Amino acid sequence: MKIDAILAIKGMNVLTIRPDQSVREAVALLSQHNIGALVVVDVNGTVVGILSERDIVRRAAHDEQVFALAVRQLMTDKVVTGTPSDDLDVVLRTMTARHFRHLPIVEQGKLVGIVTIGDVVKARLDQYRGEVDNLHTQIT
Amino acid sequence: MTLLGTDSNPLRVAVIGSGPSAFYAVEALFKQAALVAQVDMFDRLPTPYGLVRYGVAPDHPKIKSVTKVYEKLAANPRFRFYGNVELGKHVTVADLRQFYHQILYATGAQSDRRMGIPGEDLGGSHPATEFVAWYNGHPDYRDHHFDLSVERVAVVGVGNVAIDVARILSRTPQELEKTDMADYAIDALRNSKIKEVYLLGRRGPAQAAFTNPEVKELAEMEDADVFTLPDEVQLDELSKAEMASDPDPTIQKKVEMLQGYALHQPSGKARKLYIRFLVSPTELVGDARGNVVKMRIVHNTLVKSDTGTLSAKATDQTEELEVGMVFRSVGYRGAPLPDVPFNDRWGVILNEHGRVIDPNTKQPRVGEYTSGWIKRGPSGVIGTNKPDSVDTVNGMIEDLQKGATLSPTQTNTASVEQFICNHQPRFITFADWLKLDQLEVANGAKLGRPRLKFTNVEEMLKAVGK
Repeated sequence: MKIDAILAIKGMNVLTIRPDQSVREAVALLSQHNIGALVVVDVNGTVVGILSERDIVRRAAHDEQVFALAVRQLMTDKVVTGTPSDDLDVVLRTMTARHFRHLPIVEQGKLVGIVTIGDVVKARLDQYRGEVDNLHTQIT
Repeated sequence: MTLLGTDSNPLRVAVIGSGPSAFYAVEALFKQAALVAQVDMFDRLPTPYGLVRYGVAPDHPKIKSVTKVYEKLAANPRFRFYGNVELGKHVTVADLRQFYHQILYATGAQSDRRMGIPGEDLGGSHPATEFVAWYNGHPDYRDHHFDLSVERVAVVGVGNVAIDVARILSRTPQELEKTDMADYAIDALRNSKIKEVYLLGRRGPAQAAFTNPEVKELAEMEDADVFTLPDEVQLDELSKAEMASDPDPTIQKKVEMLQGYALHQPSGKARKLYIRFLVSPTELVGDARGNVVKMRIVHNTLVKSDTGTLSAKATDQTEELEVGMVFRSVGYRGAPLPDVPFNDRWGVILNEHGRVIDPNTKQPRVGEYTSGWIKRGPSGVIGTNKPDSVDTVNGMIEDLQKGATLSPTQTNTASVEQFICNHQPRFITFADWLKLDQLEVANGAKLGRPRLKFTNVEEMLKAVGK
């Protein structure tokens, strides 16, 4: 199973923010859409980083001015990206081993979606459930 | 007005399509506690069950036994089937809005992806799905012609469709006669001159999508030997490292079996099936009449992506395969439905977790949903559609509770049937289908076969007096 099966059910919205926008704007977006991370893209739509709620919380713990910062100052810029044809199992393993929860998906240099560890685990679980269900119907 | 979804005011749902995802959605609806739902299921074909009837390989009867579950669901008095009724032709989305609170699209993924190489449209080059639909007796494909007088065939891809096609081409007529394969297909395959079948995977044995039982089954064919090439089934360093860091016994077993095929000695069986790895077709070459005579392939090496996925990268090593027929099975996509938003990038109905999305407002279209392969693309096994349909139905129930449904003007069950009568008097009910089913089984029994399929819509309609 490939990552594109997850992207197919995620509509057409990929929430992004630019590096020069403020953390305040980022927090508003995270809250409004009830999500955990924003992909940071430049004017050309190229992925330049990712900003997660954790990044914000960690800074807020010792910096009252966190809201006024630019996204650029807080984002993780060494962002791992995936492609739609990445293997679901491999992605699950990599996200678990390397402790990241959001994976921007890029195709030919353009951001086409984002998958979360929750999406990946659910897809894998559904796959197992399906296989078990198949076997059940064949033996009963 | 009484509450929607109760005895006096049932939730009326139209389901478009009658394959696994459609039936699993019906199951999820009927399982809702304290919900009274009436479901009308539409299919453009007279027969239900979609890919279970027209996709699952005829030599895999156990997989088809899932239809027993669907048959039980269809016995619910609040379920009706309208076969031979096509969306966009006999009934439109606008019509459905007059009769139903919710509409669910579950039409599957019918069209194939192209390889995108020169010569792809030469004679003898076909989508594997068309061959599958043909041998399974799909009315739209029964008159297709496949030239089985060639000696060598390439099947591109190593998913379950590709392996089904390679296996069917390698089977003997005696093996096929035990199945419910369309009789014309058995006749054609009886005269097949095919001697060699190549199954081509662009990555290595550890990445192949086919399952272990599918690999094992190949060795059990009556009159075909299976081979792999030693160099292609030896694991490369990246695959080795991946398997060492996270050992998966299923993949290990698969690789061992495939490596075992490299040691096979020809046993004198009439046909040979070669499973090739790390190769991609680059061009099909035709003769003067425009028929495929040769396939150029390039050997690949594996490279590791950011996320750890091993993908194929072409080397400069090339090869030519003399083949007279090519089946491509390199992915599938759904076909757009009239007046339903489509996401062309993924080949699915534009949706968010099963809610159909309006491309302009980017908001859900009230009362419209999707499930199965037309929702998420073709992935997983038949059973994978069950949790998928449950997710969609959960959304439908959530929206119902919020009051976000369509507002049909005609909600009695007779009015929709009258409408269908007016637009397609020759519709097929589930009782009609059960009759057809019985006839097929009885006709098959006379020949010692599990079923003899009707493959022509007119014949189906006549058989049930329509």
